[in-house]
Amino acid sequence: MSKTSDKRVQPPIAPLLWESGVEVDPVCTPQTLADSGGSEGIGEPGQYPYTRGIHPNMYRQRPWTMRQYSGFGTAAETHARFLYLLEHGQTGLNVAFDLPTQCGLDSDDPLAEGEVGRVGMSVDTLADMEEAFADIDLNKISVSLTINGAAVPIMAMYFAMARKRGFELSSLRGTAQNDILKEFVARGTWIFPVEPSMRLVGDTIEFCAHNVPRYSAVSVCGYHIREAGATPAQEMGYGLSIACAYIDHVLARGLDIDQFARGLSFNFDIHGNLWEQVAKFRAGRRLWAKLLKERYGAKHPRSLQLRMIAGGGGGGLTIEQPENNIVRGAYYALASALSGTQTMALCSYDEAYTIPSEHAARLSLRTMQILMHETGLCDTVDPLAGSYFIETMTNRMEELMVQTMEQIDAEGGIVNGIAEGRVQAAVNRQAWEREKRLQSGADHKVGVNCFVEEEASREVEYHPYRAQEADKQIIRLQRIRARRDSDEVARTLAAVKAAAKSGANVMPSVMDAVEAWCTVGEVCGVLRDVFGTYKEPVRF
Amino acid sequence: MAEPTPSIRVLVAKPGLDGHDVGARLVCRAFMEAGMEVIYTGLRQSPESIARAALQEGVDVVGLSILSGAHLPLCRRVGEQLKAQGLNDVLWLVGGNVPEPDHPALAELGVHGVFATGTPFEQIVDFVQQRVQRRREQA
Repeated sequence: MSKTSDKRVQPPIAPLLWESGVEVDPVCTPQTLADSGGSEGIGEPGQYPYTRGIHPNMYRQRPWTMRQYSGFGTAAETHARFLYLLEHGQTGLNVAFDLPTQCGLDSDDPLAEGEVGRVGMSVDTLADMEEAFADIDLNKISVSLTINGAAVPIMAMYFAMARKRGFELSSLRGTAQNDILKEFVARGTWIFPVEPSMRLVGDTIEFCAHNVPRYSAVSVCGYHIREAGATPAQEMGYGLSIACAYIDHVLARGLDIDQFARGLSFNFDIHGNLWEQVAKFRAGRRLWAKLLKERYGAKHPRSLQLRMIAGGGGGGLTIEQPENNIVRGAYYALASALSGTQTMALCSYDEAYTIPSEHAARLSLRTMQILMHETGLCDTVDPLAGSYFIETMTNRMEELMVQTMEQIDAEGGIVNGIAEGRVQAAVNRQAWEREKRLQSGADHKVGVNCFVEEEASREVEYHPYRAQEADKQIIRLQRIRARRDSDEVARTLAAVKAAAKSGANVMPSVMDAVEAWCTVGEVCGVLRDVFGTYKEPVRF
Repeated sequence: MAEPTPSIRVLVAKPGLDGHDVGARLVCRAFMEAGMEVIYTGLRQSPESIARAALQEGVDVVGLSILSGAHLPLCRRVGEQLKAQGLNDVLWLVGGNVPEPDHPALAELGVHGVFATGTPFEQIVDFVQQRVQRRREQA
């Protein structure tokens, strides 16, 4: 070796920032970790502050639930897809509802024309809920309902259906999405103004705390805010701020934090930099535990544990070269598993442009199964723990999340920020920056701005929309309307209205109404009469 | 001295119940950066209210953003309303999740341009500028 080679100067390395804005060192050492705050704060798995996961042995004892988002057409069609997924080894269900149902409109409402059963299952009455879950053991299969604006009648229908089939509400498990604040920021299936919407979320949390204690009344979604333009650190920061807003609202009703905090679960996204996602989840779990303990004085361990579905990743999928999405999905699933999630779901490779085919949905399921059964992902808890790099970045991400939350509070809180449209505008400005980086090629996307194929095949299969199924749904609805006891309908709807006006919890009266075959549109109609509808603040 | 060219006025609207508005808002911003005047309706607009807004605002362009898959029934109704308001000269665009096999049907309804998710902004802006200029020259 010549002397000169020993003295060779390394070319300078350009600084590297993650999407969240945190800097990444090319080499992490014990000193890097110490400078970031050290690793003393990580704790043991299953113990406060749960950095390493909420269970002591994680996947060795509790493998993640696999729960693909599915639903389309009528309850009968959706029921068939549910059975198909369960036959193929899926362990939970996540229901997609069509837009009229999500917006609180009946299938024969003029505004529902062309949308019935299109992006999810159509539900008008309890009969639809009964058909969708016929013969499915609700004690064995936990069900997640992706419903927000119309959560009150849909949750009531689910509970009523379970009760009619002989399940005890006190033992019923499952999750409603029911996170209305994020609907105002992204996703858009709001119905009522912000304030009564908060009150309805509060009613469901309170009702579940007293009657359905093992059920998660809310799944707080950083997911859709991330999809709309937020960075991973902001996704967590906004999500936790929204969760705190629900907590503050319910505490003001006089409930104890440990009565209901366990009923809050979370839904986060998994596309982007793999390590950034892992650090995001580990930091978020720790921050949530600290917030619940220090800010809210929660004592019960379940109150302190951030339970989540980490999945989806739709924002990372592309229409270009769609098979690439199969590979992306596998990496996203890896990120989710390395993050200690409780439940996993993957967007299917065709989901960038259509409702997943059976084939695509099964491939997503198989991706998760391969990860669980072939790769050793479940062998040991939080396998990345103790890495100088991962622990450093977990510390730095937590710091950023705290800053995000403090900034939201300094600007008047998350609820005001959303009501005034400031949060939406801020998220959208970032979407603009992200899109510009993508279109300029500053951010790489394979098949989109690099490794592009000139004649990229776009011959893909689209999920067919069958208008005759929508017609069937309308006929079914009108038959039920004709056959039901109209006095009972009038009486129960009047009771819903009275509860809405008086400030009493609306859930018991809505349970009565749906059992008397009142429709989603009728229940939401009565609530609209009392609360009015949301007027979207359009800001840029 | 030549009269200054009036800036292009665009109405961006979300018809139907679809809540995906990231793309619509991005396109609004792209039009604004290109010097156009943009009116964004927000979510859940009826075909009637879209046509009414287009008339009242005197726009050159109506852009609909649809990602729910309901583009054909929605565009049929919007097309009827635009005609009913006498807006036969307006440049009509549709963006979002619109499969290619549906493009001819949209063209038959009177849609002038369809832009799938991920289309570079430049391409949309150029299309609008050229078409509006051509229409103004012909007028």
